[in-house]
Amino acid sequence: MNSQTRPVLAVAAGNTDFDTAARGRVSLWRIFLAESRMECLRLLRSPSFAVPVILFPLMFYGLFGLVLGDHTHAASPEAARHVLATYIAFGCVAPGLFGIGVTVALDRDRGLLDLKRALPMPPGVYLAAKLVMAMVFAAVVSIALMVMGATLGTVVLRIAHCAGLLILSVLGVIPFCGLGLLVGTLVKGQAAPAVLNLIYVPMSFLSGLWLPLSILPHGLAQLAPVWPAYHLARLTQYLMGEGDVSFWTHALNLVGMSAVFFVLARRGLRKGR
Amino acid sequence: MHATNWVAGLTGVSKRYGTSVALDRVSLGLERGKVTALLGPNGAGKSTTVALLLGLAGADEGRVELFGNSPQVLAARRRVGVMLQSAGLVEVLRVRELVQLTSSYYARPRALSEVAEMAGIGGLLAKPYGALSGGQQRRVQFALAICGRPELLFLDEPTTGLDIEAREALWTVVRGLVAEGCAVLLTTHYLEEAESLAHRVAVLMRGRIVAEGTVDEVRAMGVRRRIRCVSTLAAAEVRTWVGVESVVDEAARTGGGAAADGGEAGRDVARARSDGDAAARGVTAVGEPGWEAGGRLTPKRRRLEISAVVAEPIVRRLLEGDPGLSELEVSRAGLAEAFVEITRGPAQASAGSGGGVAVRTVPAQGEAA
Repeated sequence: MNSQTRPVLAVAAGNTDFDTAARGRVSLWRIFLAESRMECLRLLRSPSFAVPVILFPLMFYGLFGLVLGDHTHAASPEAARHVLATYIAFGCVAPGLFGIGVTVALDRDRGLLDLKRALPMPPGVYLAAKLVMAMVFAAVVSIALMVMGATLGTVVLRIAHCAGLLILSVLGVIPFCGLGLLVGTLVKGQAAPAVLNLIYVPMSFLSGLWLPLSILPHGLAQLAPVWPAYHLARLTQYLMGEGDVSFWTHALNLVGMSAVFFVLARRGLRKGR
Repeated sequence: MHATNWVAGLTGVSKRYGTSVALDRVSLGLERGKVTALLGPNGAGKSTTVALLLGLAGADEGRVELFGNSPQVLAARRRVGVMLQSAGLVEVLRVRELVQLTSSYYARPRALSEVAEMAGIGGLLAKPYGALSGGQQRRVQFALAICGRPELLFLDEPTTGLDIEAREALWTVVRGLVAEGCAVLLTTHYLEEAESLAHRVAVLMRGRIVAEGTVDEVRAMGVRRRIRCVSTLAAAEVRTWVGVESVVDEAARTGGGAAADGGEAGRDVARARSDGDAAARGVTAVGEPGWEAGGRLTPKRRRLEISAVVAEPIVRRLLEGDPGLSELEVSRAGLAEAFVEITRGPAQASAGSGGGVAVRTVPAQGEAA
């Protein structure tokens, strides 16, 4: 990219005549890419992140979607697509919750967040890099699930399915990033994984990601719409061609939940200063 | 009006956390090419001062400036390097990656090799931060602080965990940066570090600057004099003299025997050794009874350390009381002793102890001196 086209932060000279390193231009893209790269390396080198985020959805889908459900799915392509759709939604939850929640809580605890604020890092880049990395991981998991479903299973996917699911995975991680950030601003670093698991596991179960809602007790099944994962799963099912789903209802629910999570997280971050 | 060399500072700044006053009308300027040491006991307000200057907190009153701007202005912060005591870095990232990331925030960062050489981390670049020792981690944090060619460097307890060699090396680098015009705000509990590096010292106490000046000026605020000698006089007797604040029998303190004491704090110790050559007069070793040349047993000799506000009358009385007194030294308080006096003073005063410690209090902004 040409340097002239990059968004550039012009640096004011200030009120001194010192020959200053500040009299230069700093590329916002360069900072963002460096921050994103470090976030990616950090997550990949942390087994406590990589295992639940990448392996769990693949493992669970392999077990429940392919091995145990293969005979029923072979008879019903719709059922096979439905299961894949819910596991793609499941794959979006962990990158947002753990990728942001745990790292923000840890960074707050160790004082790194204060150091980042004191350093000349443009505001928002730190969180933007985390958000983008969560999107990348969600996309990777989503692609891997689609490949598994199409090659090891009996799922027939059209290009439109794949593209739609990929885009939805990338955007669908946002509410979970908001929820993770909110938890990350409220709890200690060491407590964050446990707290997030207390959200992650019940949410996955009660949103119908692991088992159909129809087999849950009626009262619990009725509560499914309070979970963002439920709405995301309904959207992935819509993209797989399930006609009884209202796209905009679930999309607006996710937008609203995201807004609430991010606003509360912002308040938490300000309060923590 | 600030001095032309003023790069950052606080003017009449107050900061409260709930009902607790962290800073009370504090004014402090940081000058180019000078190291300012910010000293004070825990809870004095040092961290709040640093947080305000770095834009991590906002002032309730007064003005905070960083290169003529608010500390929130990114362009101002781009001229700053920061080494915070409490900041841990990401353990799984390698040292090279951490330096490269921080360098990306600056317009004209130093080359990685230059940073590595300055901070002494050349052999650590490929190692994960979490695999380093505490001292090595401090050096990496220092590398991050200097990688952007800062004009103002915040060093918060920079040498905690460093061995003597690494500490000396860091001081050398800091002196080099200061010689190039960099301003430094140093907060430290190692007073010898402040004494060695700082041009100016500000002592914070309960949110107010209670003493400020050059190192010599602040040292001079320690009003006590320390008198050391080897004498036959009993510590208990000397303790009763008017003007004596305390007496320590070093032999008793160290468990007997000669307390060889080669160290002396303070650069300008005024030594007034007595003219008596103890050996020539047949005086025995400290703490030991012995025989004078005439065959008479001498009383036990002790090494005494006497603290007094005015030394001269005490010295006179010592010489009168013990003509054989030897190894007499009178020294002015070092920065450490001055710091203790300054910070202990208000506490004692408020406790009504009437300790008589004279502290030159710096009046707050707008307050009558």
